[in-house]
Amino acid sequence: MMAANAIIQVANLSKAFGENEVLRDITVDVAPREVLVVIGPSGSGKSTFLRCLNLLEQPSGGEIVIDGKPLLAKGTDIVAMRAELGMVFQQFNLFPHLKVLDNITLGPVRIRKWPVAKAREKAMELLRKVGLEDKAEVYPASLSGGQAQRVAIARALAMEPKIMLFDEPTSALDPEMVGEVLAVMKQLAKEGMTMVVVTHEMGFAREVGDRVLFMEQGRIVEQGPPEALFERPQQERTKAFLSKVL
Amino acid sequence: MDFRFDIIEDYFPLLMRGTLYTICISLASIVIGSILGLGVGLGKMSRFWFLRWPMQSYINFFRGTPLLVQIFIVHFALVPLFYGKTNAIAAGVIALSLNAAAYTAEIYRAGIQSIDKGQTEAALSIGMTPWQAMRFVVLPQAIKRMIPAFGNEFIVLLKDSSLLTFITVPEIMYWSNAMKNQYIRVWEPFLTAALIYFILTYTLNKLLVWLERKVQA
Ligand SMILES: Nc1ncnc2c1ncn2[C@@H]1O[C@H](COP(=O)(O)OP(=O)(O)O)[C@@H](O)[C@H]1O
Ligand SMILES: [Mg+2]
Repeated sequence: MMAANAIIQVANLSKAFGENEVLRDITVDVAPREVLVVIGPSGSGKSTFLRCLNLLEQPSGGEIVIDGKPLLAKGTDIVAMRAELGMVFQQFNLFPHLKVLDNITLGPVRIRKWPVAKAREKAMELLRKVGLEDKAEVYPASLSGGQAQRVAIARALAMEPKIMLFDEPTSALDPEMVGEVLAVMKQLAKEGMTMVVVTHEMGFAREVGDRVLFMEQGRIVEQGPPEALFERPQQERTKAFLSKVL
Repeated sequence: MDFRFDIIEDYFPLLMRGTLYTICISLASIVIGSILGLGVGLGKMSRFWFLRWPMQSYINFFRGTPLLVQIFIVHFALVPLFYGKTNAIAAGVIALSLNAAAYTAEIYRAGIQSIDKGQTEAALSIGMTPWQAMRFVVLPQAIKRMIPAFGNEFIVLLKDSSLLTFITVPEIMYWSNAMKNQYIRVWEPFLTAALIYFILTYTLNKLLVWLERKVQA
């Protein structure tokens, strides 16, 4: 299981909030350029799993190795590690006091210490990529949900991360805007980005996912290539879940 | 009852000088107090008890004791302790600043906690340190929301600066009191003082409403 070349290695990861054990003994690897889709009922720990990967939550136990560096070891520069992992949130979390372009350049300028001109050039390039170059000078409040989420993706990409984490990126969107965000993610996958995607979009999982992982009550119940998992689930609980969402 | 405008006229230049003192002392105190208050407020929100505990005590002390007592402590005890002698204006600014720090600390805390946690998480996720997230993402948004409370604190402070008359700072109250003593008249000096304070706070209020509107836009 522990492929030597995995870019994300998670071993026996556990997380409890007080008495509430949210993650139990999660062990999973992600290969470079792989798209791992995580599905499961609400409350099963999907977000917590993702948030442990960039230490927005402190795990209770286990090991996480990102790109060869142990995340939980003493002396690991967590802040620098986080910059290698882009994260896209369900609620976008754009910075409302900054224009779209400044949302994207903030990280490169303040963290990477790029010259402003270089950061702006890169930001415009990313905005073109997500189809929003005409929105560079507006504030996030004037964007639709789908546009906001595409800007959020561009903001994460501006740090040139090695891995992108998506936590239900389309769940807060009106149905007609889901497609434009998924299209950007699809493109990203095609370019070879390593991605971990929590989603309820089974169509996306099937089309773009290299592997689908089903979680329930903090455990990995089953995982496999999308066709196998969707067509021939082995576990009863997977079948029950899929019958509800497919 | 006759009202002697001539003695007001007589004291007008001094009262104006006093007004200038009131304004400058209040301004200096709110600025210094706000800077200290940020430190106190952040300390109070810290995960570390050895920061939290002293900052909480600081706030409790300055909110739980009369400002006049604080002014006397600073003027008669604290400043002489460090400089050998005291200086009324310096002591006044220090006392008002320390007091304002306790109140603005609470304003910062409330403002910062009103910002959605997702903002901090987004900032951390792109690789910011907690301080950078505070500095570039949370504070700029929080301060906008804090403007009314800060304005309020400034107005309170400006009025409270009248207490500095007790340590002979030559501000508005000091000169109206002098006027009372010289002419043995009570209405003219204190109504004049009241009017000056009112004009100051009224103008300040208008300014704040304007600022708030401008920032919201
Ligand atoms: N910060 C937190 N404090 C306490 N409990 C939490 C916290 N975050 C999540 N939980 C709990 O952890 C469980 C899993 O949550 P989550 O990871 O968000 O699930 P999912 O994303 O699969 O819906 C839920 O029971 C939730 O109440
Ligand atoms: Mg979730």
